[in-house]
Amino acid sequence: MDQVLVERQADTAAPGGMAGDAGDPRENTKIAARGVDVFYGEKQALFGVNLDIGENQVTALIGPSGCGKSTFLRCLNRMNDVIDICRVGGKITIDGEDIYDPSLDVVQLRARVGMVFQKPNPFPKSIYDNIAYGPRIHGIVANKTELDEIVYTSLTKAGLLKEVEDRLDEPGTGLSGGQQQRLCIARAIAVSPEVILMDEPCSALDPIATARIEELIDELRERYTIVIVTHSMQQAARVSQRTAFFHLGNLVEVGDTEQMFTNPRDERTQGYITGRYG
Amino acid sequence: MTDISRSATLASGSRTVMNDTAERQIRRRYSAEKRFRIYGIAAIVLALAALLWLLVSIGATGYKAFVQTTIQVEVFFDPQMIDPEGTRKAETLARADYAALYKQAIRDRFPNETDRRARRDLGRLISSGADLTLRDIVLSDPSVIGSRQKLWLLADDEVDQFAKGAFDRKKPESERPFKDRDIAWFDALKAAGDLRTEFNWPFFTSGTSREPELAGIWGAIVGSFWTMLVTLLLSFPVGVAAAIYLEEFAPKNRWTDLIEVNINNLAAVPSIVFGLLGLAVFLNFFGLPRSAPLVGGMVLALMTLPTIIIATRAALRAVPPSIREAALGVGASRQQMVMHHVLPLALPGVLTGTIIGMARALGETAPLLMIGMVAFIVDVPHGPLSASTVLPVQIFLWSDLPERGFVEKTSAAILVLLAFLVFMNAVAVFLRKKFERRW
Repeated sequence: MDQVLVERQADTAAPGGMAGDAGDPRENTKIAARGVDVFYGEKQALFGVNLDIGENQVTALIGPSGCGKSTFLRCLNRMNDVIDICRVGGKITIDGEDIYDPSLDVVQLRARVGMVFQKPNPFPKSIYDNIAYGPRIHGIVANKTELDEIVYTSLTKAGLLKEVEDRLDEPGTGLSGGQQQRLCIARAIAVSPEVILMDEPCSALDPIATARIEELIDELRERYTIVIVTHSMQQAARVSQRTAFFHLGNLVEVGDTEQMFTNPRDERTQGYITGRYG
Repeated sequence: MTDISRSATLASGSRTVMNDTAERQIRRRYSAEKRFRIYGIAAIVLALAALLWLLVSIGATGYKAFVQTTIQVEVFFDPQMIDPEGTRKAETLARADYAALYKQAIRDRFPNETDRRARRDLGRLISSGADLTLRDIVLSDPSVIGSRQKLWLLADDEVDQFAKGAFDRKKPESERPFKDRDIAWFDALKAAGDLRTEFNWPFFTSGTSREPELAGIWGAIVGSFWTMLVTLLLSFPVGVAAAIYLEEFAPKNRWTDLIEVNINNLAAVPSIVFGLLGLAVFLNFFGLPRSAPLVGGMVLALMTLPTIIIATRAALRAVPPSIREAALGVGASRQQMVMHHVLPLALPGVLTGTIIGMARALGETAPLLMIGMVAFIVDVPHGPLSASTVLPVQIFLWSDLPERGFVEKTSAAILVLLAFLVFMNAVAVFLRKKFERRW
């Protein structure tokens, strides 16, 4: 299979006929993916994806179920490494640094690229410990005062502080779904990442909680580069500046969100956003 | 018109037919469900009845062993017999013939019996272990020498058995070991208030003995304790570490598959095979001491390992993947993920598995027979290297002895063993409830 990968890499190194051609490389590119192939065992899930993700922007990945958008997202902080049968080919760089370089420490990478998951998954520990865990294991803080500060600022940034200020020692699992998800965002922020990956962060939430998260995403954009996978095209339209459309493992089209929703270039994109399939 | 009405009739007719079949089907489904539930209840009732029968039959024999008959006699600590030279040396005191003292005391109780055989049989009413009791009294306080003391001494097991109703006094004399004359003495003692039953503390404080009335289970309990300690110290860390490695770190390939299959098979290997292994490897090859709890513990640890590994792996697997992702997502290394999040959440399952494995090891006899823990050992073991036996082996040994007194001792020891097992399982349930975290 390695051979196949090498061939593919060679293919994509040459200028290909990919739609969107690496998604209009920009000056403020934070993450650049070139010819990313992903295999689950024998099955190929992504085919030569070229995508640039701009700094301090929200990039939405949309597409029908099983199109590979979550797979691509998980490549960005190498969460796919955990899956034994998963193989990733191609090249992904963050600030020009190859994240699949064997000498790169995955743990450091994941501290730089935080992740928020589909289902809120706070640790079964106190709210405080949930947020303090990351800073503690990375040795970011020297003492309790600094740790307290990180916990408070993270909660403030996640817009959760007011609601939980007086019960930081209660279990994080006791919060409501929306609060749990904001707790997870606060937990991701606490290790001061550069990029935050969100894998359908609102799919388990009610509309009001969703609105709060979306507001939050908009605020976070100023400091972080955000990549969000979403099933809801409205959400993509509301929160993102750029949108990438995936279909059957291919990146079909990428562009400014407004342009994507008003004037898609590819007919598959048009079909999807007008609700013909997906 | 007729056509229409006919087709209407047909339609309604077919509908009723459909209804009939549907109804029949529903009725059949209901009765099938009911039948199934009855089978289930019957199975449970059967199992409970068997369990109850077992417990009642053991309890009914065993409870008698918790009390014991004692006889009160006035013992004269004769200085002539204990310490004729009056030196009061501990050596002399320890070596004196105390059996003669209690025999004399019981004979004095019945001064009319002058016949030689009768006098000998009188001496046999009191347990042959009574001389040690008297010796201990003298050694702890030599000033009793020369005095007369009223003492409650342990009765011989036949007296004890008679007191517990094991022999029918209406039976012809030749058919019971307790003769008419014995019964007469017994009745006389009882009438005078010099014969009573009391709680059998020695049963819980002494080692085994050839004499049923002296045999206790403390030696076996201590032996079991040392054995279990060794088992726990070996199998828990090794088992948990192996399970964590296999479940969380090992690559999934042909080798790990092979190991997994073998671990599952080992859990089903008859325990005596582990005993043979222990005999061949630990005793013959490494030359470790025979009959020692150390070796017993090592053999049982081998036997318990698969159980602990399987239980731990199941517990680890039950931790939701979302927790793992959360930990990895904030940049925990794999080891941090396991140690900080997965293992604490799996701990109740791990502990339960371990305790159940230990409970099984506690009740194990066969492998210990192979490594010589079946020896007759009177002393209470004082460490993992001293020769000892364990509770189930003690039960096995006692069940083999012909004396009537050992029958009830066997049942009583089973009760004690069952109590320990119930206790351990209760601890397992408690730990599971205590550490269980919801998310």
